[in-house]
Amino acid sequence: MQIQYDTETACLLVGLDGEIDHHSSNAMRAEVDAAIYAHLPQTLIFDFSRVSFMDSSGIGLIMGRYKILSPLGGEILVQDPAPHISRILRLAGMERLAKICRSTKEVTQ
Amino acid sequence: MKIVNEFKCAFSANSANEGLARAALSAFVIPADPTAQELADLRTVISEAVTNAIVHGYRGTSGEVSIMLRLLPERVVYIRVTDKGCGIPDVARAMEPLWTSAPEEDRAGLGFAIMQTFTDSLHVRSVPGKGTVLTMRRRLGVQDANEAE
Repeated sequence: MQIQYDTETACLLVGLDGEIDHHSSNAMRAEVDAAIYAHLPQTLIFDFSRVSFMDSSGIGLIMGRYKILSPLGGEILVQDPAPHISRILRLAGMERLAKICRSTKEVTQ
Repeated sequence: MKIVNEFKCAFSANSANEGLARAALSAFVIPADPTAQELADLRTVISEAVTNAIVHGYRGTSGEVSIMLRLLPERVVYIRVTDKGCGIPDVARAMEPLWTSAPEEDRAGLGFAIMQTFTDSLHVRSVPGKGTVLTMRRRLGVQDANEAE
């Protein structure tokens, strides 16, 4: 997992890797939360382009971060999820909590 | 019913084995030539079922999770996940979308909703204090209405 913070845009970019399940999401959550509290970003981008699998643990990961960021006025973007992951995001109604985008430029809500 | 192929295994209720269950399912199902979507769906449902057994069945205590995979005639994939954990006192409530007994762990409460959506049938048999048996069926090669993009 790669985490980068851009001070100019107040944007925290989290590049997730591999498979997101209950096992892997615990460590991801701890690392992301540490970065959120360190920077208090305006925008949190989850880059899903290198994620090969996600179950409902990934939904929990996004929902939990939304609960932290939303009271602070921050927003969440989910970038480049694979089709089978998009399907789970839609099933969970994640577009109500986060912007799902195909790249950093095209944003569909 | 005739069984085309069958696989059984048991492993300890350790979250590292969630990936093992998905890998076993992939290896078992791939010879039946599923589409990428079907394989992704089946990997997701077994991941949800095994995670439920580990997180909710055993709640951090040790125990064993068993899986049985069957390929039945007409390309029906049958998945059974069994635990001898605490059981589910109210199955109907556990199956309600967004209801979770573990909100503090960021569980979304969507496991059963995903399992129901991605399979043709889902059955839960649970006895409090004894454990839970979850069975699912999915026929390959059938385009589901809600799957169409």
